Amino acid sequence: MTLKEKAACLWRLLFGDSVRAFGVVSLLLLISLAIAPLKNHLSEWRHYQKSYLRMIRGRGDAVTLERHFQGDVQQIWLPELGVVDRCTTCHVAQKEATLEDVSTQPFRKHPVIPHRVDQFGCVMCHRGQGPATTFEEAHSSSLAWEEPILPAKFIESSCGQCHRDSPPGTPQLNLGRQLLARYDCVNCHTLKLTEGSILKGTTDAPSLSHIADKTTREWIYAWLKDPEAYAASATMPNFKLTDADARDMSAFLIANSTPVAGDMLTVSQKAASDPAAGPSLYGESFCASCHAMQNAAGNLVGGDIGPELTRVGNKVKPEWLQAWLRNPRVYDANTAMPHYRFNDQQIATLSGFLLAKSDSDLLAKVHLDQATPEQIVHGKRLVIDYGCASCHEIGGIKKPEDFAPELSRIGSKPVNQLIFLERMSHTLPEYIAGKIRNPRAFSPGLKMPQYHFSATEVDALTTALLSFNERSHNLPPALAVAALPESSYEPAGKAGQLMRDLACFSCHRINGRGGDMAPDLTWEGSSVQRAWLQEFLRNPNTLRPALIRRMPKFNFTDSEINELTDYIMTVYQSPMLDRDSMPLTGYSAAQVERGKQLFYSKFACQSCHIVDAKTDKGYIGPSLSLVGTRLNAAWIYGWLKNPQVLRPGTIEPNRNMADEDARALTAYLMSLKGSGKQEAKK
Amino acid sequence: MNRFTVITSLFSMALVTPACSRKAAAPAELKPTAFGAALVESSGGKQVTAVGATLPQPIVIQVNDEQGNGIAGALVELSGPTGVHFDPATGVTDTNGQVTVNVSLGSMAGRYQITATTLNKKQHPVILKVEEIALSYQQVLGRELADLYCDRCHNPESTPERVSNYDNLDVKPHAFTEGDMLNKISDADLVAIVSHGGPALNKSPLMPPYGYTLGKSDIQALIAYIRAVSDPPYHSTGSVYAKNQ
Repeated sequence: MTLKEKAACLWRLLFGDSVRAFGVVSLLLLISLAIAPLKNHLSEWRHYQKSYLRMIRGRGDAVTLERHFQGDVQQIWLPELGVVDRCTTCHVAQKEATLEDVSTQPFRKHPVIPHRVDQFGCVMCHRGQGPATTFEEAHSSSLAWEEPILPAKFIESSCGQCHRDSPPGTPQLNLGRQLLARYDCVNCHTLKLTEGSILKGTTDAPSLSHIADKTTREWIYAWLKDPEAYAASATMPNFKLTDADARDMSAFLIANSTPVAGDMLTVSQKAASDPAAGPSLYGESFCASCHAMQNAAGNLVGGDIGPELTRVGNKVKPEWLQAWLRNPRVYDANTAMPHYRFNDQQIATLSGFLLAKSDSDLLAKVHLDQATPEQIVHGKRLVIDYGCASCHEIGGIKKPEDFAPELSRIGSKPVNQLIFLERMSHTLPEYIAGKIRNPRAFSPGLKMPQYHFSATEVDALTTALLSFNERSHNLPPALAVAALPESSYEPAGKAGQLMRDLACFSCHRINGRGGDMAPDLTWEGSSVQRAWLQEFLRNPNTLRPALIRRMPKFNFTDSEINELTDYIMTVYQSPMLDRDSMPLTGYSAAQVERGKQLFYSKFACQSCHIVDAKTDKGYIGPSLSLVGTRLNAAWIYGWLKNPQVLRPGTIEPNRNMADEDARALTAYLMSLKGSGKQEAKK
Repeated sequence: MNRFTVITSLFSMALVTPACSRKAAAPAELKPTAFGAALVESSGGKQVTAVGATLPQPIVIQVNDEQGNGIAGALVELSGPTGVHFDPATGVTDTNGQVTVNVSLGSMAGRYQITATTLNKKQHPVILKVEEIALSYQQVLGRELADLYCDRCHNPESTPERVSNYDNLDVKPHAFTEGDMLNKISDADLVAIVSHGGPALNKSPLMPPYGYTLGKSDIQALIAYIRAVSDPPYHSTGSVYAKNQ
């Protein structure tokens, strides 16, 4: 039988007569009608729900779990957020606290978070396609979908969509935002938080308008070629310049520099003859609170507010350094460095110590010929092209606007608009991380320089950038948690001028402005006694034995001390307490004794504080051995009652102390005035 | 017609081949040039990080010969549970005999056992297991709070930034990793100690109460963190249910 004959036979069999044909067609129709219910019955989500029910059947808590279980497609619909999430159709058990032990997806319990899933839905945080009901479409690591599931690694970016402050539970996001500001990414890439508010950089890159006073062209050349060769902690990235480009840029920067009157100085005094005087003055002045230096073991020791000083002798001109140490505000009016009021011998000693910090190899190979006018013109062109003025002030060159692509919505950038490198997985987080790791790999012509971030830092930056997305800009206003605005508080009058000169705000915070290295001084006037403050400014001795960063000694004049003390005592007062409401002396011996007992037994204050240096060893809080001469009684009482009210965020726990206990402890603490010697001195 | 089929199949093969070859262009396979006798964890074990995050320090694994000296050129392969990502997953030891690998953990909180394997001279695998801990959101929050309020006394190790107060205390606090001790204390008792201080459970008053400083959810987060880092691991007794027969 041929193929044709077979077909004819089959046709006759099925449609040979009208009755037979009617029957067959009806049958086909019936079958086709059954397709839809069958597909529904065999759908993926039903499969998951069935296996969930199978899974819980044998458990002890099956009855409860079965009662909680709802079949069919589940949906969280939040119109104002644009959320239509059917994830809970398969993720049936995300609310079941008793399923702690189940680790198979999609039946895992959702870990504890501060939000309720039915108020926010799932895709707000996890991304993905909410309305989908199959695994592939919902998660879609395939390339076609614009919003694949966000890897757990970057999940904190979703917190950042609403939270512009730094919540304690999102360290990675917070680190990323700090890095965006610290490395001044935001100086080239605009990052709008909302309309009108942009993320600002925090590293004030130095002005280059007067650079020739400060350093040599050779150093600039070496620095431009490789900033990390000079300082391992450099925030300046590597622009991968050619020798000729670095030569021309250094030529332009030197030629463009204008002198500043009084920023060069040679003190006539000789440095102290003792070779240990330099390091000890560096230590006493607590330079290391802000500046880092490599120690003999090669570890960086010190703070990161000022530049690293390991090889500073290679960089600065001796006359500039001496003038800078005398008064840094002559060269840079806005520097974070305090005006120390060093005398000439101290300047000579300290500058001698610092200038010896050099590395003979650094500039050994740099030989630059006299710059030609063409080189200078070319150097200027390069300085403009690389956008140096985005971070540095450079005389005659305007800060470029929108120098690099704006990244305010980078977290929603469609994958099909990105050009990936080979062997890179095609996801947005991978792309962002790759760009941060090695921007020039994407195209050698790109201007973005090379940073050296650790793997953790790259993840943190990627997390922070992913939080800048469409959703973060289109939030219902009620959901947005605003960042704490940086206050623009300025202290007034002569004292204010003095405080700017001393750069108090580099370390201390007052009325919401300033650093966090040293105590907040907003209510210092309520807290301390006037005589103590005067003595402390004259000769700051440490209150906290464990701290390595301490208040430096400034060589104040008496009138300066009075000016500052008056201002602090009058202006920085808390409205919450009256410092004169409790007396400084006159507490009964019985009360003092009761306070002492409370101190050592009930409240065990000695675990953190020292009163008697012979027996107490507590290392956390300030030493209290002279607290009766330092603090006001009303402040101590208020502090004991509720420390967080007086200084939000302080780690001293609130003990919910009874009034009479607090009064007795105050009496005891006010009795701690040290030996008679101190009394006689006053 | 036959010829047409041949041409089309040839043509489609020509189309498919480059696509296939691109996929196959994985990094050139590493070949060991030496074989060790033992694997040693040089650093990077027992780290704690958030779920999915890269470990703060890379894992450094050393391949030693019979005398205990590192050997160069040995091949080390790393593997771990679902979600763990290695960069790189295989490596050849450097001149110190070490392989350095950046590791990111999976998306579920808990302990991750990472296995490093190398071949000895007889081509038998030598195995080393390294454990890392991933923290959930709540545990990360707990870690931040512990860092701020607790570690100054409860962590005996000092850093330049934070000198430990541990040695100054007459009654020694328990480090949060001391599972032998802490695993025996129930959640409710831990809440009581943190909220009301040591005397709540007849322990030292050197432990102050934090119930008026930290909120309930903060204390829960702290306990979740303590449970996560305890060594040996903490196993919740869980709720007890009457079994359905």
